[in-house]
Amino acid sequence: MNPQRAEDAPVPAIEVNDLTVAYQENPVLWDVDLLVPAGVLMAIVGPNGAGKSTLIKAILGLVEPAAGQVLVHGAPYDEQRREVAYVPQRGTVDWDFPTSVLDVVMMGRYGDLGWFRRPGARERKLAMEALAKVEMDDLAHRQISQLSGGQQQRVFLARALVQDARVYLMDEPFQGVDATTERAIVRVLQELREQGNTVVAVHHALQTVPEYFDEVMILNVRHIAFGPVDEAFTDDNLRAAYGGRVSFLHAGADVGA
Amino acid sequence: MDLLHDLLFDYTLRTVALGSAALGAVSGTLGVFAVLRREALLGDAISHAALPGIVLAFMLTGSKSTIVLVGGAFAAGWLGTALLRVITHQTRIPSDSALGIVLSVFFGLGLMLLTFVQKRPDAAQAGLETFLFGQAATLLQGDVIVIACLGLASVAVVTLLWKEFKILSFDPEFGGSLGFPMDRIELLLGTVLVLAIVIGLQTVGVVLMAAMVVAPAAAARQWTDSLGTMVWLAALFGGLSGAGGAVLSSTGGLPTGPAIVLTVSGFVALSMTLAPRRGLVWSWLAARRRRAAIRRDTVLADLYALYLQHGRLEHGHPLAVLEAMSEAGEGTRRSLEALEEEGLARRLVDGSWGLTTEGREAATELLAELQPENGDGGGG
Repeated sequence: MNPQRAEDAPVPAIEVNDLTVAYQENPVLWDVDLLVPAGVLMAIVGPNGAGKSTLIKAILGLVEPAAGQVLVHGAPYDEQRREVAYVPQRGTVDWDFPTSVLDVVMMGRYGDLGWFRRPGARERKLAMEALAKVEMDDLAHRQISQLSGGQQQRVFLARALVQDARVYLMDEPFQGVDATTERAIVRVLQELREQGNTVVAVHHALQTVPEYFDEVMILNVRHIAFGPVDEAFTDDNLRAAYGGRVSFLHAGADVGA
Repeated sequence: MDLLHDLLFDYTLRTVALGSAALGAVSGTLGVFAVLRREALLGDAISHAALPGIVLAFMLTGSKSTIVLVGGAFAAGWLGTALLRVITHQTRIPSDSALGIVLSVFFGLGLMLLTFVQKRPDAAQAGLETFLFGQAATLLQGDVIVIACLGLASVAVVTLLWKEFKILSFDPEFGGSLGFPMDRIELLLGTVLVLAIVIGLQTVGVVLMAAMVVAPAAAARQWTDSLGTMVWLAALFGGLSGAGGAVLSSTGGLPTGPAIVLTVSGFVALSMTLAPRRGLVWSWLAARRRRAAIRRDTVLADLYALYLQHGRLEHGHPLAVLEAMSEAGEGTRRSLEALEEEGLARRLVDGSWGLTTEGREAATELLAELQPENGDGGGG
């Protein structure tokens, strides 16, 4: 590791080496490497079952890897937990849970609060600020079951913002959201980058990758490629991940660009 | 009045009511988390699994003191939960099947041991069978103190770990990403749930105890959208049902478990029908309002269509024509009366109906709103 920390060489935000994850003998991720430079927006793309969510969860230590190593800003994840915020897929929770928007956003402060302490006025204020950033402050006291899909996604984004981290891992933040929400999320991502933060997002719509992201990782159990979009986001790499089906999609994006 | 007098001054009845209220409040509190985590039937498995523990504890010690029997129940209930988690995590058996397996195996073992013990010639075992359906009348002051202490302990854990249990119930993966050891928090919640269940077994019985976990929480959920309020309400419903059922059983000679469960079912039935927004009456009224609004709009549009044909607001149209147009049948008259009240329609001297000037405005606006959708569906 030390050679990489030589002076002048910037420490990558995330470094994944030889990561392998298996569920009951079936490899979900096989020998994956990834380098995310600090201060970029990176998309992870790949077909269904490519292990995109698993990669995010492995970086967060939520799944136990069979082999491999994850470094955040050059140190093991356990030491850097405060630096990392997480936006899970919104479909993973029960939106009929008896709680309010503000309450959910304050959960982003639980890590800093530590054991036993309950959120108070300070947490409330931070949560309101985060809600304002995603244009949801007027809905702070609404019950979460009354939110649209896009509003749910913005609540999850606000919950990550309130963590005040430097690296943001997002699992399909654009999944099934309306145009307003998509614009709001893109704006928040750009603000995060301007402040020097790093965002890694699992992304489905290949057409918008060049528009929204600086870097891309193409994954299908094994990693196919990662790097700046104009280098890594090639037809060959996409075909290697998706099979033949993708050429149409990407050609369309090229014409648009 | 007699009942009130007895509650205040009859030592036995007071003890029974207090003990049952305490266990109801505790199981109601913990039940909220079981229900929200969609593990409502876990309570059923735990309570059934506790039976062999109770009998074994008696067989090993020869004692029927509450502490010993609750201890045995706790050990067996906890073992049942642990086994359940091992089966679901380590095998491909789905969790509901695992629940069924653990419940029936433990309960079967418990019944076998119980039969075996009852065949022994000495009379010391007498009373163990009350654990099946519960018998509040056997509660002594000492038992109530044990129930209260263990109950307070479990409620204290919930208070202390409130936000940890909340995030476990809502979004455990996010909790894990924050650095909380979610599996250990889950284990602790499971342990406290077992505790809350076993202290109720003597009163409610292993067969029906699950209702005391699920029902108060299910009833409470109907009335509130806040986790805190839901816990308070569930504790209140559980406590009232416990006390009410126990008194009912002591005075009426009913078995306590069924009496308590019937009481709590009353709370569930009331909450399901009457609660605002989630209750059946509310949804029924809301659906009725929606239907009436749609009917009113249809009739307004029909009146407008007739007006366009004749071009004069003074030209009236008989009710029968409007009924035939709107397919709403008898609802048409009510819709017309509603429109009249709003000042959008009026009855002419011959009893026929026409639009007012305001009605014409409203109809134009309504049709303009509907226009894009009409365009989409215009194929037919």
